[in-house]
Amino acid sequence: MTIASANPEILSELDRPNSYIGKTMPRPNLERLMQGRGLYVSDMEAPRMGQVVFLRSPHAHAKIIGIDAAAARRVPGVIAVVTGKELAEVITPWVGVLSHLKGLKSAPQHAIAIDRVCWQGEAVAAIVATSRAVAEDAAEVVRVEYEELEAVTDMRTALDPATPVIHPALGDNLAFERNHDAGEVDAAFAGSDEVMEADFIFGRHTGVTLEPRSVVADWNAAEERLTIYQGTQAPHMVQNIAALHLGLQEQQVRVVCKDVGGSFGIKVHIYADEMATYALSKLLRRPVKFVADRVESFNTDIHARDHRCKGRIGVKRDGTITAFEIDDLTGIGPYSMYPRTSAIEANQVVNLVGGPYVTKNYRARARVVFQNKNVMCQYRAVGHPIACSVTEGLVDLAAAKIGMDPVEIRRRNLIADDGYPCASPSGLRFELLSHHAAMNKLMAMMDYDALRAEQAALRAKKVHRGIGIASFIEVTNPSAAFYGVGGARISSQDGVAVRLDAQGSVICQTSITEQGQGSESLTAQIVGSVLGVSMERVRVISGDTDNTPYGGGTWASRGAGIGGEAALQAAKILRRNILNVAAAVLQSSPAELDIAGNAIVNASDGAPRMELRELARIIYFRPDTLPPGIRPELMATRHFVPREYPFAFTNGVQASWLEVDTDTGFVKLLRHWVVEDCGTLINPQLVDEQIRGGVVQGLGAALFEKCIYDERGQLTNANMADYLVPMSGEMPDIDVGHVVSPTSETELGAKGAGEAGTAGAAAAVANAVNDALRPFGAVITEIPLTPQVILTALGRI
Amino acid sequence: MTAPVSISLDVNGERVDALVLPRLNLADFLREQLQLTGTHVGCEHGVCGACTVRVNGEIVRSCLMLAVQAHGTAVETIEGLSDSGEVADLQAAFRDRNALQCGFCTPGMLMAAQDLLKQEARPDRDRIREHLSGNYCRCTGYQAIIDAVETTARVRGGRRV
Ligand code: FES
Ligand code: FES
Repeated sequence: MTIASANPEILSELDRPNSYIGKTMPRPNLERLMQGRGLYVSDMEAPRMGQVVFLRSPHAHAKIIGIDAAAARRVPGVIAVVTGKELAEVITPWVGVLSHLKGLKSAPQHAIAIDRVCWQGEAVAAIVATSRAVAEDAAEVVRVEYEELEAVTDMRTALDPATPVIHPALGDNLAFERNHDAGEVDAAFAGSDEVMEADFIFGRHTGVTLEPRSVVADWNAAEERLTIYQGTQAPHMVQNIAALHLGLQEQQVRVVCKDVGGSFGIKVHIYADEMATYALSKLLRRPVKFVADRVESFNTDIHARDHRCKGRIGVKRDGTITAFEIDDLTGIGPYSMYPRTSAIEANQVVNLVGGPYVTKNYRARARVVFQNKNVMCQYRAVGHPIACSVTEGLVDLAAAKIGMDPVEIRRRNLIADDGYPCASPSGLRFELLSHHAAMNKLMAMMDYDALRAEQAALRAKKVHRGIGIASFIEVTNPSAAFYGVGGARISSQDGVAVRLDAQGSVICQTSITEQGQGSESLTAQIVGSVLGVSMERVRVISGDTDNTPYGGGTWASRGAGIGGEAALQAAKILRRNILNVAAAVLQSSPAELDIAGNAIVNASDGAPRMELRELARIIYFRPDTLPPGIRPELMATRHFVPREYPFAFTNGVQASWLEVDTDTGFVKLLRHWVVEDCGTLINPQLVDEQIRGGVVQGLGAALFEKCIYDERGQLTNANMADYLVPMSGEMPDIDVGHVVSPTSETELGAKGAGEAGTAGAAAAVANAVNDALRPFGAVITEIPLTPQVILTALGRI
Repeated sequence: MTAPVSISLDVNGERVDALVLPRLNLADFLREQLQLTGTHVGCEHGVCGACTVRVNGEIVRSCLMLAVQAHGTAVETIEGLSDSGEVADLQAAFRDRNALQCGFCTPGMLMAAQDLLKQEARPDRDRIREHLSGNYCRCTGYQAIIDAVETTARVRGGRRV
């Protein structure tokens, strides 16, 4: 891996001697996790804690005629059986809409269904008992009488007049529609030498966080305070929503987020069963724990990416792309999720298609429809894999049609590296991207020409290998443009408080959270660098609404870019404050002093003047010896949100090298490459591993993962044996390289990297499979690329 | 419901006597009754490997074994292997390589990796991938884990020579 510094002449806080920025450092919190001494919510216990099990609907759509819980209430150990109607006494329903997504509609959703269930897995009653086993036993003897209703399952017919309307008050099953028309699309297609069209099909899949969603809600009736322990990516959002619907003030709710066993966007939402758990604790005046079992996870964790997208591309003989057009249809289940809404993904697809390319002619329609299936919402790299697969699939089709190498056609159309700032066909503003530098780097890493030669040689021996390329753009560092402008109380700013303790160590409280990405590590690296304090002396506190500044948390690749900048700015203030008092003590001036190696040093020659520990001792314990008028402030807080650009766009390119067995339809991944530009790299190893993890999630989508529903809305593979995710045996080694174009919106210059891997992996694999199958004239535009799909395309079955 | 059964076993070198319901699985017994929460539960149906522990020296999925079946056995969990120092080098390799993100799979991964390294001195990458292919990791992409296990194998092999 090489890192090219984009602006070597500009020196900042981060270029200080012994800076930790840009260095691979082991994460401080790993020891605990490796020794099995982490604290995940599923590990937590509280005195008098009850365990809740939700009785869930076996039907995708049904009226609830009656619930008889008498027998269940008699089971020894049962604390309560609570129906939707009873729970509605303590918690109000919600509607998942945002005002900036014009026309988005949804129906009121209750924590537990009251009259009607709208998907298989919606809760109809809660059974709270002294143990989960007892609650499960009792759930078995609750009698629910249903009247089955017709289920709306196929999104293609959801809008037909003959299809029942899931929420009659809404008039139809259309949740949201967006149309976009830019440039001269019709003229561009008319002037094209070739126009290619394809129908892209994306399987519905889900996050499968290894630790299921878990909550412990603890209402303290004496304090009138609710403490929620939850593995969430957005503690302050949970605080706000819980307070709102329980009729409390935000200060009456504390959300604590300790270790989280995987998130990926699954844990950025608030689910009905979680709301129910908060409410049950308040109702029963005792702690209540909910841990989803794996079957519940499959049935209720948000699903994602159920799209069918018709795409068109126009191209000239010389490779110039003239226009893109898409018509996207996606099904979101019976409700738009709250509070982030389920229309964001389709909106994002419209935003991102064609994004890396110069063509301005772009027409898009996206429709979002209701179905009687589990809710669908934002999952890692929201919309990116869809947009990337459609765009890059079309570009490859066009290249094949005009007989041009897939890399060459991209080079002719990617936005030039010196063409910034500029805007995308959908109007997104790009500050600085590096498509060509990234492509060049990728070509060198994979030795593209040699690989093509190898492919040709093997083809002669009937070994069918393919190379797939996928360029992409990635939304990171979101401002209020994502949710805030639509009325959602989801903070886009983040805050960090830094303080020097009495022994010269540093405590930082940050509003970003840690789910394994390395938020703690990057915060400590930044603060340690700015303050000249070694990493072991920096302690990071996160995930506690009582004890951290108000902020957004960790989602949409914002931790480093937004929380990291807040940490940098807070540390700078604290540094200034420390130097001011040190100057007074040392009878020097702040400008003549610096902090390095845990000591105050001379700025000129680095000679140590005083240990930080000693300075802290004087300030905290002997302030009487300080010169008069000196009031040291050893704590500083700063908040940050990007203002200039609503999102910091990043870019990257991926390549896949794989072999297709044309007899069995199996795909063997041989190698995968990624080049990504996330601006300043704070900890290169963490970035690389984020990207690798993301790639593997994308590879899962490409080859294995699919939530399979039957026509009655039954999820037929809701377990880990039948829903396949990538395992170590099938995954290739993944090479990661970087181009570095820092954003000038921040001093840190960091953009996000969390979505990059997932954004382009499936597109690269699909293009590689099609490349391998080119001699057979088969083109596949569907994922997952199961053996069945491949053999069908080959005409073998 | 059937009455509790009394069992005696050795857990991480300590004798444990307990009353358990016959249907209680070993994972829940360790986690809930002994509060050894290092053993994680990801699926409860034997697929993910997060609950891997050692029983009489062999790795098993503790969600698929009943606590009563562990009567008379010696059970070792991640806490035991950590405290004895048996996997200290493997853990160090995981830390240096950032071979864990959320860490939820990690106890099971370490158990499975140590099992391989005890059986084979020099497993190659494919062999490591194969041996760990019963353990899900949703965060890392596996490569860092394979690297860490490979490094440990190399260092241990070097020591032996
Ligand atoms: S919890 Fe035992 S294998 Fe998943
Ligand atoms: S580190 Fe999260 S599942 Fe492996």
